[in-house]
Amino acid sequence: MSSEIIDKTFDEAIEAAKEPGKRNFNINFGPQHPAAHGVLRLVLELDGEVVERVDPHIGLLHRGTEKLLEYKTYLQGTPYFDRLDYVAPMNQEHAFCLAIEKLTGIEVPRRAQFIRVLFSEIGRILNHLLNVTTQAMDVGALTPPLWGFEPREQLMIFYERACGARMHANYFRPGGVHQDLPEQLLQDIYDWCDPFLVACDEIETLITDNRIFKQRNVDIGVVDTQTILDWGFTGVMVRGSGIPWDLRKSQPYEVYDEMDFEVPVGKNGDCYDRYLCRMDEMRESVKIMKQCIEKMPQGPVLPENSKFAPPRRAEMKQSMEALIHHFKLYTEGFKVPAGEVYAAVEAPKGEFGVYLVADGTNRPYKVKIRAPGFAHLQALEHLGRHHLLADISALIGSLDIVFGEVDR
Amino acid sequence: MKALIDALGPLWGSLAGIGLSLVYMVVVLLTVAFILWFDRKVWAAVQMRKGPNMVGPVGILQSFADFIKFVLKEIVVPSGANKTIFVIAPIITVVTSFLTWAVLPVAPGWVLSDMNVGILYILAVSSLGVYGIIMGGWASNSKYPFLGALRSAAQMVSYEVSIGFVIVCVLLVVGSLNLTDIVNHQKAGIWDWNAFAFIGALMHGGSPAKMGMAFVVGLILFAMSVVFFISALAETNRPPFDLPEAESELVAGYQVEYSATLYLLFMMGEYVNIVFMCAMISILFLGGWNLPWGEVTNPFLGFLVLYVKIWAMFFMFAMVKAIVPRYRYDQLMRIGWKIFLPTTLVCVAIVGAYVAFFGGNA
Repeated sequence: MSSEIIDKTFDEAIEAAKEPGKRNFNINFGPQHPAAHGVLRLVLELDGEVVERVDPHIGLLHRGTEKLLEYKTYLQGTPYFDRLDYVAPMNQEHAFCLAIEKLTGIEVPRRAQFIRVLFSEIGRILNHLLNVTTQAMDVGALTPPLWGFEPREQLMIFYERACGARMHANYFRPGGVHQDLPEQLLQDIYDWCDPFLVACDEIETLITDNRIFKQRNVDIGVVDTQTILDWGFTGVMVRGSGIPWDLRKSQPYEVYDEMDFEVPVGKNGDCYDRYLCRMDEMRESVKIMKQCIEKMPQGPVLPENSKFAPPRRAEMKQSMEALIHHFKLYTEGFKVPAGEVYAAVEAPKGEFGVYLVADGTNRPYKVKIRAPGFAHLQALEHLGRHHLLADISALIGSLDIVFGEVDR
Repeated sequence: MKALIDALGPLWGSLAGIGLSLVYMVVVLLTVAFILWFDRKVWAAVQMRKGPNMVGPVGILQSFADFIKFVLKEIVVPSGANKTIFVIAPIITVVTSFLTWAVLPVAPGWVLSDMNVGILYILAVSSLGVYGIIMGGWASNSKYPFLGALRSAAQMVSYEVSIGFVIVCVLLVVGSLNLTDIVNHQKAGIWDWNAFAFIGALMHGGSPAKMGMAFVVGLILFAMSVVFFISALAETNRPPFDLPEAESELVAGYQVEYSATLYLLFMMGEYVNIVFMCAMISILFLGGWNLPWGEVTNPFLGFLVLYVKIWAMFFMFAMVKAIVPRYRYDQLMRIGWKIFLPTTLVCVAIVGAYVAFFGGNA
C-alpha cells in the first residue's frame, strides 16, 4: 500500500518534470529600485541569473511637457526645458532657444554666444560627473559618487551665481542669455579648471584600472554600427563605438567652430569604453571652458531689439515706449513667424533636438522634443538580453538615462 | 579557566561557565557596537564625509542609538511569508555566529571550551550560519530575497571549501586542531607567525634541504593568509563579495522584507561573524595574543594584544569595503572554484609532503 503511494508520487514527479510547466522567473526591477536611476520600471524575465527579456516600462514621470508648451508663450516655455534632463539643465534650454532664433532670425550677441558655450560645457561636466560615478556605484563602488559630488557642487554654485538657481536655471533666452555674468565669476571658473583635472585623475585612480570595475564593464552591452543606425543612438553611445560623431564638430553652432577640442572615441563600444569616453570628454570640456574665458569679448548679452529682449531697467524709468515693450514682452510675449524648424544641440547625453512648428502667434503650434535618453533606453532589450542580472545595472548606468527627458 | 570551573564543582562550576559565557557575549557585542561605528567612520573618511558624529563624542554611541531605534520599531511580517521560519531565520544567524566564539581563546588560558577539535567545531558551526540566510530569503516569499538567498547559499558553500583547505595547511604545519596550540606554536616572535614563517625558516637553520622546504612552506602560508582574508570577505558577505545583498541588483537581497529587531539580528550576526573572522586571522596567521618580539603570558596583556590585532584586521575589512566595486555572480564562482580551490589544494599537498618527509612541526 505504502509503496504504491510512493511510486505514484514518483511518477507524478516525473510527469511534472516532463511538462512544459517550467517557466522563467519574472521580476520587477524598479520603479523603487536603487539602481533604476529614478523611476525606470523594468520587467525582467530571468532564467536563473541570465536575463532573457528586458521590458522597460516608462511614463512614471510624464508631465506632458510637449503639450504644456503649446499653451505657453515662447518665453514661458524655456523653464520647462530645465526640467527635462535636470542633470544638465542649460543644454536643453539651448536647443529651444536655437529653434526660436532660427525661425525669428534674431542675432545672438557674441558675448552671449561665449557664455552659452561656457555653460553648455559646465552642463556637460555636471552630467558626466554624475553619470560616471553612478555607473561605478551601479557596479558596487560606493566611493566615487561622493568624490565626484564635490566638484559638481562647485559647478552648481557657478550656475547659481550666473542666474540665481542651482538647477532650474532658465538662463538661456531667445536671443542670448538673461543677464550678464557677475565680475568675479569668470575668474573663479577659470581657477576651478585645473584643480578639477586633478580631481578627475583621482576618480580615475579609483576605478579606471580597477580589476573588478573592468571585469564588470568590459564587453558588457557592446554597441555595433548597425545597432547605432537601427536604434538612433547619439552622443557617447556612438562615440564609444569608435565613430567620432559630435554635433559640435559636424555642424557647429554658436562659437564651437572657434574652439580647439578633440572628440574622444572608444574602440569596442562596451560600457567600459563609454566610461572612458565620458572621462575624456570632461577634460575636453575643461579645455573649451578655458578657451571661452580667455576669448570672452565684452558687449551686450541680449539683442538691442526690444521686441525680443526686455529693455534696460534704467530706460524703463524714462521711456514710456520701453515700459510698454516690457509689459508686452512679459504678458503677450513675442510672435514667431509661421514655419517649421529643427534645432539640435550636442547635449551631454547625445543629440537633443527640438522640432518647432510655429503658426505665427505668440505660442508654439507644436513642439516635439527629441530626447537622446529615450532612444537609448528603448535599446535596452536589444543590448541586455542574455546578459546577467548584474550587467543590467551596469548597462543602465552606461546608457546614461534621466527620466525627466525620457518621460517628458 | 577550565581548572577554575572544575574546582567549583558541578553546580557552581556550571553557573560560573554560564556567567563567563555571558561576559564573553557582552564583550563581543560591545566590540561589535564600536566596530560598527569604526566601520562607518573609516568608510566616511575615504568618501570625504564626516560619518556619524551626533550621538556622543565623535558619534561613538551611534550604534547604541541605532540599537534602540531598531528595537522600538514595529516588526513587519509580510502577509505571504511563512511566519515561523521568517522569525527563526535571523535568530539562527545570530546564534550560530555567537556559538563559534565558544572555542576561541582570547588570551593565554582564557577560553570557554578548550576543545581538542576546536577548528572542526568552528567549521561545523559556521557552516550552519548559511541556513539563516536561506531560510530568511525563502520564507519572505518575495522575489528579491529569494534570489539573494540562492546567491548566498552558493557563495558561502564555495568559499567554505577554500577556507577549509587554508586551515588544513595551518593544521599540518602546527600539528594540532586546538586553537591555543596554534597560537603557542607562533610564540617566538613575528618571524614565527604563520604569515611570516618564511623569515623564521631562514633563521632557524638546519640542513639546506630542510631550510629550503621550510622556506617554501612559509611562503605558502603567507599566500594562504591572503587567500584566507579574501575568503573571509566572501564568507561574511562583505564587499566585493556582498552579492546576497547587492544594492544595485537585489536592493538588499535576503533582508528586503526584514525590519526592526529581526533586521537587527541579521545585522548583528553578520558583524559578530566579521569580528570572529578577524580574530581567526589573528590567531591562525598573526600570532594570536603574542607580541611581535616575543611570547605573552599575562592574560590581560594577551587579550589587549589580540584585541588590537582584531581591530587592525577590521580596518582592512573596512578599507576594502570603501574602495572596491562588486564582483558579478559568475566571476565570484570562478574565483572560488577555479582559482582558490586548485591553489589551496596544491598547497595542502606541498605542505603535507613537507610534514611527511621532514616530520613533526615546522
